[in-house]
Amino acid sequence: MNLETTYLGLKLRSPLVPSAAQPLTENLDQIKRLEAAGAGAIVLHSLFEEQLSLERRDLFECLEQGTESYAEALSYFPVPSEFHVGPELYLKKLARAKAAVRVPIIGSLNGATRGNWMDYARQMEQAGADALELNIYWIPTDPSLTALEIENRYVDILQAVRQQVRIPVAVKLSPFFTNFAHVARRLEAAGADGLVLFNRFYQPDLDLEALEVTNKVLLSTPMAMRLPLRWTAILRDQLQLSLAASSGIHRASDALKMLMAGADVTMMCSALLRYGEQHLAVVERDMRHWLEQHGYASLDQLRGSMSQRSCPDPTAFERAQYVRAVSSYPR
Amino acid sequence: MKQAHFQTLDANEAVARIAYQLSEVIAIYPITPASPMGEWADQWAAYHRHNFWGTVPAVVEMQSEAGAAGAVHGALQTGALATTFTASQGLLLMIPNMYKIAGELTPTVFHIAARSIAAQALSIFGDHQDVMAARQTGWAMLCSNSVQEAQDLALIAHAATLESRIPFVHFFDGFRTSHEVGKIEMITAATLRAMIKEELVTAHRERGLTPDRPVLRGTAQNPDVYFQAREAVNPFYARCAAIVAATMARFGELTGRTYQPYEYHGAPDAESVIVLMGSGAETVHETVDHLNAHGQRLGVLKVRLYRPWDAERFVAALPASVRKMAVLDRTKEPGAGGEPLYLDVLQALAEAGRKATTAGAFPVAPVVVGGRYGLSSKEFTPAMVKAVFDNLAAPAPANHFTVGINDDVCQTSLVVDETFSIEPPEVTRALFYGLGSDGTVGANKESIKIIGENTGYFAQGYFVYDSKKAGATTVSHLRFGPRPIRSTYLITQANFVACHQPLFLQRMNVAECLVPGGTLLLNSPHPPEAVWQHLPPETQRDLIAKRAKVYTIDALRVARAAGMGLRINTVMQTCFFSVSGVLPRDAAIDAIKDSIRKAYGKKGDEVVQRNIAAVDTTLANLCAVPVPEAVDSVTAIRPPVPDGAPEFVRRVLGPVIAGKGDRLPVSALPNDGTYPTATARWEKRNLAVEVPVWEPDICIQCGKCVFVCPHAAIRSKVYDDAVLDPAGFLSVPARLPEWKDKRYTLQVAVEDCTGCGVCVDVCPARNKSEAKLKAINMQPQAPVRQAGIRNWEHFLTIPELDRRTVSTQNVRSMQTLESLFEFSGACAGCGETPYIKLLTQLFGDRMIVANATGCSSIYGGNLPTTPWTKNHEGRGPAWSNSLFEDNAEFGLGFRVSLDKQRQFAGELLQQLSGALGAEWVEGLLTADQKDEAGIYEQRERVAELKRRLATLNSPEARRLLVLADMLVRKSVWIIGGDGWGYDIGYGGLDHVLASGHNVKVLLLDTEVYSNTGGQASKATPLGAVAKFAVGGKPAAKKDLGLIAMTYGNIYVASVAMGAKDEHTLKAFLEAEAYEGPALIIAYSQCIAHGINMATGMQNQKAAVNSGHWLLYRYHPDRAARGENPLQLDSGNPRLKLGEYRAMENRYKMLGKSHPEAAQTLLTRAQEEVNLRWKLYQHLAAREWKPGEDPPETPVPAAMGAAK
Repeated sequence: MNLETTYLGLKLRSPLVPSAAQPLTENLDQIKRLEAAGAGAIVLHSLFEEQLSLERRDLFECLEQGTESYAEALSYFPVPSEFHVGPELYLKKLARAKAAVRVPIIGSLNGATRGNWMDYARQMEQAGADALELNIYWIPTDPSLTALEIENRYVDILQAVRQQVRIPVAVKLSPFFTNFAHVARRLEAAGADGLVLFNRFYQPDLDLEALEVTNKVLLSTPMAMRLPLRWTAILRDQLQLSLAASSGIHRASDALKMLMAGADVTMMCSALLRYGEQHLAVVERDMRHWLEQHGYASLDQLRGSMSQRSCPDPTAFERAQYVRAVSSYPR
Repeated sequence: MKQAHFQTLDANEAVARIAYQLSEVIAIYPITPASPMGEWADQWAAYHRHNFWGTVPAVVEMQSEAGAAGAVHGALQTGALATTFTASQGLLLMIPNMYKIAGELTPTVFHIAARSIAAQALSIFGDHQDVMAARQTGWAMLCSNSVQEAQDLALIAHAATLESRIPFVHFFDGFRTSHEVGKIEMITAATLRAMIKEELVTAHRERGLTPDRPVLRGTAQNPDVYFQAREAVNPFYARCAAIVAATMARFGELTGRTYQPYEYHGAPDAESVIVLMGSGAETVHETVDHLNAHGQRLGVLKVRLYRPWDAERFVAALPASVRKMAVLDRTKEPGAGGEPLYLDVLQALAEAGRKATTAGAFPVAPVVVGGRYGLSSKEFTPAMVKAVFDNLAAPAPANHFTVGINDDVCQTSLVVDETFSIEPPEVTRALFYGLGSDGTVGANKESIKIIGENTGYFAQGYFVYDSKKAGATTVSHLRFGPRPIRSTYLITQANFVACHQPLFLQRMNVAECLVPGGTLLLNSPHPPEAVWQHLPPETQRDLIAKRAKVYTIDALRVARAAGMGLRINTVMQTCFFSVSGVLPRDAAIDAIKDSIRKAYGKKGDEVVQRNIAAVDTTLANLCAVPVPEAVDSVTAIRPPVPDGAPEFVRRVLGPVIAGKGDRLPVSALPNDGTYPTATARWEKRNLAVEVPVWEPDICIQCGKCVFVCPHAAIRSKVYDDAVLDPAGFLSVPARLPEWKDKRYTLQVAVEDCTGCGVCVDVCPARNKSEAKLKAINMQPQAPVRQAGIRNWEHFLTIPELDRRTVSTQNVRSMQTLESLFEFSGACAGCGETPYIKLLTQLFGDRMIVANATGCSSIYGGNLPTTPWTKNHEGRGPAWSNSLFEDNAEFGLGFRVSLDKQRQFAGELLQQLSGALGAEWVEGLLTADQKDEAGIYEQRERVAELKRRLATLNSPEARRLLVLADMLVRKSVWIIGGDGWGYDIGYGGLDHVLASGHNVKVLLLDTEVYSNTGGQASKATPLGAVAKFAVGGKPAAKKDLGLIAMTYGNIYVASVAMGAKDEHTLKAFLEAEAYEGPALIIAYSQCIAHGINMATGMQNQKAAVNSGHWLLYRYHPDRAARGENPLQLDSGNPRLKLGEYRAMENRYKMLGKSHPEAAQTLLTRAQEEVNLRWKLYQHLAAREWKPGEDPPETPVPAAMGAAK
């Protein structure tokens, strides 16, 4: 069974791709294990520019406190010969990953300033990334910002990066726009080679006893796949760029649904964290089995077969469907 | 070309560079002011920097200076080139080995940043008492007078030792030279090559011990030969001075910088000459030039080679015209006929007089007087030099004089004309008053480099620091001029003065040191037109009289706008260059930006950008302030202590606080080092920008804030309703059932608080309507200051609860007990002081403290004031610091002494029982003093005893009267840090604990040498970065508690108050109650951990939750009851070690510098934590059956066969 797919212009042996997540690609051994388990490509965890900046600030403020104050202790730490406080470690990891595996390595970038989006993107390309994923992760809270201004910011970032690199660029974003289809089309027009649907925001929680806001990460459940499934099916027929479906993909059946809706690749995180890298191989085996059982010749044949336009009931993906879904819920 | 060889650095670094180049083994141990030399060496080795021969020296940190000397001795004996660096007590600890090394004719150089010796008090500052204490060891001694010389003579010493086979002490003045930043010409590799003779290195190697050419060295000798053998070295000493002279000459040919073992400078026909060594010689040199230019005929003889003392060369160096000589010693030898250099000079002249052939013999024997100067970095100025010459000019010059102080007791001091100044006009002198936290010193070090590198000017920077750690004041003294700068004294005549903190204006007259026409730069929050009136009248008067130029900038606002927070350094530096005119303005701005890129480049672009933004916005905000004709101040300089302070505080400590301690006469100071306690309360430092403000309605009266406050600046009291509250004084009904009908107040000492925020962090109570608010919240200090002062004064008048009625068994209740440790100068948020405070709350009225040298002895005992205080009855902790290494023994001495006196008192009581009443005496002797009530009653009995004794007229009664207080239980506490307990004092600690005596040890474990600036100790955790462990400490932390437990009779507890305060309290109570030795190891967060100190208690919690720090108590009494003595009080680790370590930059920084090593070390550290946890679990779970024989173990077959 041929599972090949093309994502961002890259030929992949399988549409199963681990998504950008720190715990998945922390070290080289994990990356090798992901390849061995059949990953079609590997998206490295994101380089969070803002985090680098905060860490840097924390590091230097803490190392500087109390210095040059008291005659016996003019400093409290040795001066390191070098400090990798910029993207060096990430880039080094990217280069090593590239050298260690044969599958494409996609660098992921989460920036806070325009200047660094561009610098870091170029550096990732130089370090050997086959493609870039721009993880635009932003919750606008300023009530004076209009929808247009918000959308423009996404487009600006993409264009700025696009001008810096020759490798393909995907945009990973949230679904929370006035008209997501419009935003998607603008991004394609601005040069995006693909969209990753969607970014999962880590939603805050409250600790009732400590009276604190907590940010404990919850792993996704298959429930979470409904939203990207809908938009994959809708966008597939509207856009030419690559689509990666992300969120809630845990089993072969989940992946198959996304592919049917029109995704070029499906990205997994929670399931791999829960069951280990080997789970990729399990999903692939199950997927092959299903495809064979159902008489598909290749994955290509299935892809997009249930997009909005290709499915038996296109209105099912639109808003009107909501009422019927609720009324059909068993009581 | 030559310009390229100049660099701007301090002597410690310059010397370390040479020593590193020329050594293969370097043994190090931290001690101020020599620590940086070891730190440089360790750092260079960690970065694989090669020495002269292309190999990386082996740098090894030892447990003490004695250890370092032993290691060096061993390295030398096996043929390596070895060195070490030290000072003060450290050098004293090396003396036994130094005799050996010299006796064995072994070439080496020890580099010494010469420092005072602890006598009536410790001092970290510079003089020659330490090196003078080593002058008899048989080592050559070479003295450097400046940063340039320190580098040059370091090399000369290394070269001369190889040739002479005499080991060398190379010394230079601590701080004045070791820490002075100067522009010097660097020694090149070619010079090194030409100076070090390879064949001499080979010869040294070939003398090394090796089984391939076995010899015996270090024999024991008998009366028959020891004497002769001791004399056998004489030819080597006889040759040494000539070798040094020749080496100096060779160096001169190579570098153009010539030195002499005894170097005369001055008029060739001088009649009066000062002889001295060290940095002071440069001031004399400069003053001689000045006075000779004004028609005098004077000279200075700089002694560079002090040992072997070459009398002939010394005499030959003097001009034959000399009639009078003053020999100045920077040391004190009480009881001696004179100080050492003086006696040596007398000997040289006396012997020269007897030898007709001596060159330079004098037609008339010169009059020689000796004097002392400069102890503990006391200033030595041209005015003092002039006073010495003036003394020589007198018909009968005073001998054995002092200069630089006012000795009104023995009248030894010379009168100094303080107006005499020789500051040359071509030298720009700038003075900066800053806070440690505002970056002033760092910026000034950069400014020196900028000027050094961008102009042909020579530059000098010297920095004066505070004795406090929190809110420390710094004064930077900068000189720039066309010629090398010899002024080794502070600036008192400045062309430019900058006051970087507005609060200093209320403390001192910042214009006092300004020259006429000079420039004053102020950082002021007031608009330019309002700045003038906010200057105190003294300052206004000076500015008007001196026709000064005044500039102002709201630096804090500019810095904040640029994202720099409180770091106003870049803003003020830009202003300095702009108004001082040292460099053309544009060139200066470019140079500042370059230096920012260099200095902060590593820290990331945004730091650079923020600093550059600060530079760019500064000039637009810098304004000139017109100086009017009349004084119209609306403010005044505050007295250093309030008028209500005790007489000694006002008369003696007040001037010290005000920076006028130099003016105190000898009679003002205690002659035996004894000072009153309870003095920190008078030093209202007003450090906090924000202070906690109490919300009584939200407060649950848990006492946690009081418990953790490092400065005892937040306190609670419970008191009778009857006490009237003045308006604005807050109180609420007390909550605990036993406090029924009483009121509760939580009060902040707003002027004493450092604003660290730890109290707010631990407060568990939250406002139910607005959860971000707690029962205490940080608010700006200024608006609440006046009310806070009034309320604090009222709070102090409220009587304390009767201690007998307060339960010490829970934090909530016992936190109302009075703290007898308050307002220390420790870092804001210090992790050590809350433990000490707790001790004083529990046992302060009966405790005596032996305190090891370190942070706790500094914030506890560094003048001017002490946080140790006393209660309303006048009782409180008695405190002393002996040394770093001997603290456990010192405390044991207390115990044995107190026990002996108590025993003797008991014996006297028995003898007097007839007169006193046998039954009553029995009651006194057998009183139960285990709790507060018992102690109270015993004190009552002792008071009665004294009354009864007063009526008896017998020698026994009089003796017992003196000893009667010994019948009340005394609690001996030995306090120190991990550097003491794990390293230098470990042998003594081990012995004292094993002795079984009733001493209590509080080991404040910061896991690093905190006081000397963060060097690794054996308590430093695996993988933590510290100085001397640049690549992360490779070995696990020593388990001191476990070692102590092996004795069986020692109470051992490991506590962390931030994790479980009740556990800490319990351990303290159990330790004190136990009739035997006790060791409490207390986790203490520290500024050297690279953490946010406001949330330090969270770090303690995480340390325990991750299993890094275990909570346990090992109680021998449990074993006596047949129970397992070990109780493990912390739960299963529930946090990955990595998660805890991610909170602390001491771990995190390794991930940024050596990511792979960091990962490996973290993995190992986690394994180590896992294993340790399992071990303790096993130990705590063991069935305790000492009577049961161990089960039979089958003998392995092989061993059985051998039988």
